[in-house]
Order: sequence, then C-alpha cells, then structure tokens
Amino acid sequence: MSDPSGAASFAALDQPLPDPPALLTHRTGMLVVENLVVRYGPITAVRGVSIEVGAGETVALLGPNGAGKTSIVSAVIGLVPSTGRVSFDGRDVSGLSPEERVRAAMTVVPEGRRVFANLTVAENLRLGGFVRRRERDQDAERDRYLAMFPVLRERLDQLAGTLSGGEQQMLAIARAMMSKPRLLILDEPSLGLAPRIVARIFEHIVELKKSGITIVLVEQNMMQALAVADRAYVLSTGSIRHAGPAAELRADPRLADLAIGGH
Amino acid sequence: MDYAIQQIVNALAFGSEYALLALGLALVFSIMGLVNFAHGEIIAVAGYSVFFAVALGLQSVLGAVTIAIVMGIVTALVFERVAFRPVRYAPTTTGLLTAFGVSIVVQNMLTLFVSPKARAVPVLGPLNQTFFIGPYAVSSLQLLELAVTIVAIVALVLFLNRSLLGLAIRAAARDFSTVRLMGVKANRVIATGFALSGFLAGVVSVFILARRGSVEPDFGSAPVIKAFVACVLGGFGSLAGAAVGGMVLGFLDVAILVALPQKFGGLRDALTYFLVGVVLFWRPQGLLGRTVELGDKEV
Repeated sequence: MSDPSGAASFAALDQPLPDPPALLTHRTGMLVVENLVVRYGPITAVRGVSIEVGAGETVALLGPNGAGKTSIVSAVIGLVPSTGRVSFDGRDVSGLSPEERVRAAMTVVPEGRRVFANLTVAENLRLGGFVRRRERDQDAERDRYLAMFPVLRERLDQLAGTLSGGEQQMLAIARAMMSKPRLLILDEPSLGLAPRIVARIFEHIVELKKSGITIVLVEQNMMQALAVADRAYVLSTGSIRHAGPAAELRADPRLADLAIGGH
Repeated sequence: MDYAIQQIVNALAFGSEYALLALGLALVFSIMGLVNFAHGEIIAVAGYSVFFAVALGLQSVLGAVTIAIVMGIVTALVFERVAFRPVRYAPTTTGLLTAFGVSIVVQNMLTLFVSPKARAVPVLGPLNQTFFIGPYAVSSLQLLELAVTIVAIVALVLFLNRSLLGLAIRAAARDFSTVRLMGVKANRVIATGFALSGFLAGVVSVFILARRGSVEPDFGSAPVIKAFVACVLGGFGSLAGAAVGGMVLGFLDVAILVALPQKFGGLRDALTYFLVGVVLFWRPQGLLGRTVELGDKEV
C-alpha cells in the first residue's frame, strides 16, 4: 500500500542507523550551515543541523512534512531567527538580513511559489532583478529566462495571480534567477503540481544545474529529487538522519518504496 | 441649477480631501498592515509647523505650503522610526495601540506646550478666494483641492506602476517577506510608504488650514476618522479603493447635508455612517476590496 505522503518511508529512517549521519566535508563549501537551531516559542523545529554545499553542487534536503526543511531554508536566508552559523562563500552571513543575503548572491524560490499575484509577469521579473537594477544586461538576463520558460513570454502582461500553478512555479524560478544568484534554494518546487508539470519543472532544474549554479533542492518528492541531486540530506523531526551521495540513497532499500518518488 | 453645480463642486472638494486622507492611511496599511490612527497628528504637526513659522515672521503662501509638506514627511518618518519600527513584527493590535498612543501623546504635548485653544494661522487665507466662472461662484480652494488630488493620485499611480521602488511597495502590500527575498530593504519600502503618507498629510493640512485659518491640538482627529471610514468603504488595503471611498464619502456627506432639513443638520455624520454601513452590508469587503480566494489562483 503506497503512502501518498511518503511518511512511512521517512519513518523508517527514524530507526537507529548503523553509522552516524555522514557529512561530506566541503570545507571550501559555498554554503556551510553549522549547528543550526530554529525555535518557534517552545517548539524546536530544527535541532542542531549542519549542512555543507560545495560550489556547483546540487544538494537535496529531503524529509516529510514537519521535518524542518522549510525552517532550515528560512533560517539560511534569514527570514526566521536561529542560532548556529551560516556561512556563504567563506563569509559568516548569520547576522545579515534576508535582503543582505540576497545581495550576497543567495536566493530562494519559496514554498508555495509566492509570486506577486497583483503584479504582471513582467513586473515580477523586474522586481526579481532589483539587486541588479543598475546593471545594463537586465533585458538580456530576462530574455534568457523567457527562452527557458517560453510560456512566460506569452503572458508577460498577465497578472501573475492568474497563471496556473506550474506557470507560477516557472515564474518564481525565473524571478529568483533575475538576481543572478550563485546559490539557488528551491523550496518544494513540486508542491501541489500535477506529475506532468513536476517533470517539466525538474527538467528546468537540470537545465539550471548544467549552467553551473549551486542548488539546494528541498523536496518531499524524494526519488525525483535524488535523480537530480549530487548529494542529499534526509531529515526527520528537525534532525539529519542520513546523508550521502544521491545515487547511494536512491539504492537504499529504506527509501525504495517511497510512493511519491515517481521512480 | 446653480445650486446643484455648487453642491457638486462642494462634493468633489470634500471627496478630494477625504481621498487624500484615505490614501495616506491606505498606503501605510497596505505595506505594514497598520491602521495609523496617528495620521491625524501628522496633519496637526504640519499645521503647527506653519503656525510657528508664521510666528517667526513667515508671510509667504508658498513657504507655508512647503513647510507643511516637509514637516508632514519628516513627522511621518519620525513616527515610523521611533514608534512603529520597534513594533513592526509585533501582533497587529500592538501596532494599533501604538498608533493610538502616539496620537494621544502628540495631542497632549500640543495642548501642554502650545495651547489647548485654537491658534490663528491666516497665512494660507489667499488660497481660499471666491471668484466667478460665468454666473457660478467658485472657491479657489475647492478647485485647488480637486486639482491637487488629481495630480497627487496620478503621480502616485505613476510612481507605484513605473518605478522599481513603487513595484516593491505594491508587492509588499501583498507579501512583505517575499519582497525582502528580492533584495529590497524592508526599511526602505516602509519608510517610503510613510514618507508618501506624510506628504499627503501635509497637503491635507494645507487645505484644512486654508479653510479654517487656525490650528488646534485635535486638528487632525476628525479628518482621520473620515479617512478610516473612506478606507473601509473603498476596501481596506486597496489604494484605488481609498480614493474611490473618499470621493463617495464626500458625495454622501454633501448629499445628506443638502437633503436634510437645516434643523437636522447635526445628524449628517450619523446618516453618512449609516449609509456606509448599508454599503458594507452589501459588500463587506468594501467597494473595491478583494475577496480572498483559496487555492492557486488569485486575481
């Protein structure tokens, strides 16, 4: 019996592991998160998580609902208070505001897409390039992503709120890329989308990966994420339960029966 | 016929003033979710600034207008920095109580340190002259109010639609935290919203001063209530709604005043608010307020 939430498979990962969670050491990592703790009042959502992402890597953060994935993303970009250390390109960015972190070339495509529904597609893209507004190649940059997502070109003057879920996701990715980030964090890009649309979104993620950008891919859709990622961390109840190369995790029998993986 | 035209001009003038007031409130509300009841005190401080400038020898109308507008902007920015920024991420009720607190403190300071009585400020009187267009007697102030409101709304619309910071303000009105993910500084967006709101408060202060010729501690209290009602009527959070709500409220005010026998004139506000209540019964979200849709698509 398949479990649409994938919770059963993730629950298997809560069992004690023969080896301690393996962290791949990328001391020259582009993103280094050390001992991150996120608390919401009395609830601890993230319990001392450490993550490293090397330049040019695609790293997946996997886990069921409530595992703390979005809390980690929010803390890494500075939207929620946290303790621990977040370094980007060797610089401690823990004390920086979200806007300062975006200026440092980190960006997030938030969960639920969060396009500006009251703005047109063109206006969303323009705002995406806010930190690069003084650079002259904004139009070329926009054309690049309109070529990647041709449907957006057809809808440039349409309000973003009237786009379908898949189109909104494409817009959210293009908008994030307009800031010319070196680190792109995608928070649940498959959330609420039909499988056919999810497949297309993942094709675009592969395309972005090939361009050399560093990607952190946060997903419940485990197998599909592992097919794209180089490495992955598996989270449960705010802690890392497992980490390793994506290929190894795909072969892990504890993950093999994941219902929504689309294997 | 003359009487009808005169009343239409009156309604347009009232409506313009209410629209400017309501836009000031709506701008801050749309960005921060704060109903800034201290907006009236921004109007009051702008008015008292002109009073002090006159006391120091200012005679120029242009100088008085400039002082009112500049002080409106400065006061709004000071309120934001000192009172509202520390409670930015607090619950909505905290912001609301802070606004009431600022309002009370400023009113009492004006009462204690200046005077509880109205103080004459005649410098803006020349803005309020009566002249004739054919057979019709027209107030220059009323025409000015209408013209300035149109220019202010057009300028605001252009700013919000064409400039990148304007786009950020519109986007922040829907989703503040995601705007920050675009690299837009939160403080900058909010300060710009307050500055625009202060600018509008300064303009309104000029109009009220020109009409009344005096300033008193609760100078801005009644106008801000009208602004609040105009925002609710138009749909809170909608800038277009604020402008439309202000205009509709102006027409309602004048229509009721015209329709009521003189001895019932005191019931004007009660009847106006009753009619606003009827409109809200029909459209609880206000005339141009948006209904919240669940699901992916949002218009």
